[in-house]
Amino acid sequence: MENRKTILDVKGLKTSFFTDDGEIPAVDNIDFHIREGEVLGIVGESGCGKSVTSLSVMGLVPSPPGKITEGEILFQDKDLTKLSEKQMRAIRGNDIAMIFQEPMTSLNPLFTIGDQLREAVKIHKKDWSKKQIQERAIEMMKLVGLPRAEGLMKEYPHQLSGGMRQRVMIAMALLCDPKVLIADEPTTALDVTIQAQILKLIKNLNERLNTAVLLITHDLGVVAETCERVIVMYAGKVVEEGPVHKIFKDPQHPYTRGLLESVPDMRFKKERLYSIPGNVPKPGTIRTGCRFAARCEFAFDRCIVENPDLYRTEEDHQTRCFLFDPKEVQAHDRTVVKS
Amino acid sequence: MTEPLLRVEGLKKYFPIKSGILGQVKNHVKAVDDVSFTVNEGETLGIVGESGCGKSTTGRMLMRLLEPTEGKVIFDGQELTALSTSEMRKVRRDIQMVFQDPYASLNPRHTIEKILMEPLNVHNLGDPKERKKKVYEFLEIVGLSSYHAKRYPHQFSGGQRQRIGIARALMTNPKLIIADEPVSALDVSIQAQVLNLMQDLQKELKLTYIFIAHDLGVVRHISDRVGVMYLGQMAELADSEALYEKPLHPYTQALLSAVPVPDPDFLREEVVIKGDVPSPANPPSGCRFHTRCPFKMDICETTVPIFAEVEKGHSVACHLYEESRPQ
Repeated sequence: MENRKTILDVKGLKTSFFTDDGEIPAVDNIDFHIREGEVLGIVGESGCGKSVTSLSVMGLVPSPPGKITEGEILFQDKDLTKLSEKQMRAIRGNDIAMIFQEPMTSLNPLFTIGDQLREAVKIHKKDWSKKQIQERAIEMMKLVGLPRAEGLMKEYPHQLSGGMRQRVMIAMALLCDPKVLIADEPTTALDVTIQAQILKLIKNLNERLNTAVLLITHDLGVVAETCERVIVMYAGKVVEEGPVHKIFKDPQHPYTRGLLESVPDMRFKKERLYSIPGNVPKPGTIRTGCRFAARCEFAFDRCIVENPDLYRTEEDHQTRCFLFDPKEVQAHDRTVVKS
Repeated sequence: MTEPLLRVEGLKKYFPIKSGILGQVKNHVKAVDDVSFTVNEGETLGIVGESGCGKSTTGRMLMRLLEPTEGKVIFDGQELTALSTSEMRKVRRDIQMVFQDPYASLNPRHTIEKILMEPLNVHNLGDPKERKKKVYEFLEIVGLSSYHAKRYPHQFSGGQRQRIGIARALMTNPKLIIADEPVSALDVSIQAQVLNLMQDLQKELKLTYIFIAHDLGVVRHISDRVGVMYLGQMAELADSEALYEKPLHPYTQALLSAVPVPDPDFLREEVVIKGDVPSPANPPSGCRFHTRCPFKMDICETTVPIFAEVEKGHSVACHLYEESRPQ
């Protein structure tokens, strides 16, 4: 499983927004990669930079005010940050596709579902005949489990329910067999029973078509059920990365631990929820030290002045916390022995 | 048994669908259709359901922010549905509401002091000095500081704004608080803070809550009893322990099995339901859930199941349990 080829490699990505208050880094020097056919989750609370990360990969960061200032995004040995808009357009939809949170705003209300699906094929497959395009569109609609595909082609978005619209969006994203599908909060606007159907569909398509999926969400339950590997983000930084099992069973970063404990679990009743004190910092307000230090119960003097690195604790598990710095661990062991 | 604080009987809300130039009423959206329940003093009743099930409409009708089409709401021995508008306004001192969106429910042009003082002015409670003192007192109670009083809503984060929303609801010393999705706009770490605050306040001030939400985990955490709504009707109502451990209605079972659990090892019992919620303008005949129910029988298509107790304190509207009912 580990020999699968890396398909998307993000290195030292920094995306900033230039406002009247100066440069605000929404995503600050993050590294991650997705392997072929893998489901990678990015979790974090609002303002942690998870959506800006996905928009950066797609080259969709609104500019101005936003700009990728540092780093590279390698896809099939091409650096996406260096491509022109025209070159990028050939990749978007073709090799990397994206679905968004609110399916109603991503579909044009004035065109039928068929028009919109056909348009997406037409742009990328210029030499296809009308019949081929139509067949491809219907094939995809059936693949995502939409009933009476032929009839739906003639309908308008408002005639569909939220779950069906999201299925149409997924069909549209998969029309050109992308290698990577970025799903930004794909089920947040949907009800739980519909959410379960859509997550199942995404997982199923990932297995059948071997499309790598980058799933961005704030819901830890969704991550636990669908992803193989997880990245936890906080205030523009990756704070922990590892296989889903390790993140949930053996979380290391105090933020990940706090987050997991503060979720009310439906299976049993906790007397009192653990809550992380304080608020998520506004992007750009913390410049030195660990960004979580102010809310962290384990913070010590070093956390306030120095910026922690990602420390590798196991082969596939990394944490951005001084508690896992080999130097600190040694020092700690020494004090334990002394006392 | 003592009289419950709130008793709701056969509550209905039909919204007319008008069309044509003359605005003729063509049909009705049956947003809430015959809902009955009681809330005891000091407890938390959770109401869950998917979008469009009528949970928010129910909450609003209890305060008569929406006029019920039919049915009775009896609060503290008083029939609210029979009161005049001015009498109702007095009762609202005892029933307060906390809304979902802390961004939209606070006036951006007013300072926090003015926002919190408003309910006291409306109900004419205390003199200006006492009112001011009370504002500061409640800011501290909800975990803010008195110096926040001079600030404006935009200077606060989402969690802090929801604390202000809760403080405003508490200003008139209400008995019942109706909280409509109070934490769904908040991040997980902030959500936990607000839920803990609500629990602490309940203990301290002996409050009764009706907690309307779509998040089943949150509802289990905070509620003593939970009602599950589907398409304008109550499908099941029980103690939260019983409802989550032994759900009876097939819809409750499906709903519970659909919730993603933050544990990669968790093996679920899958109860899959197909399709979407039907339109409330044209609900299915018989049991409203029969179009999606995995245990559908013939009777479900024709006869509306009665919502009644199957076990003590556990009511369900489903034909599967018709025989096990105490006669």
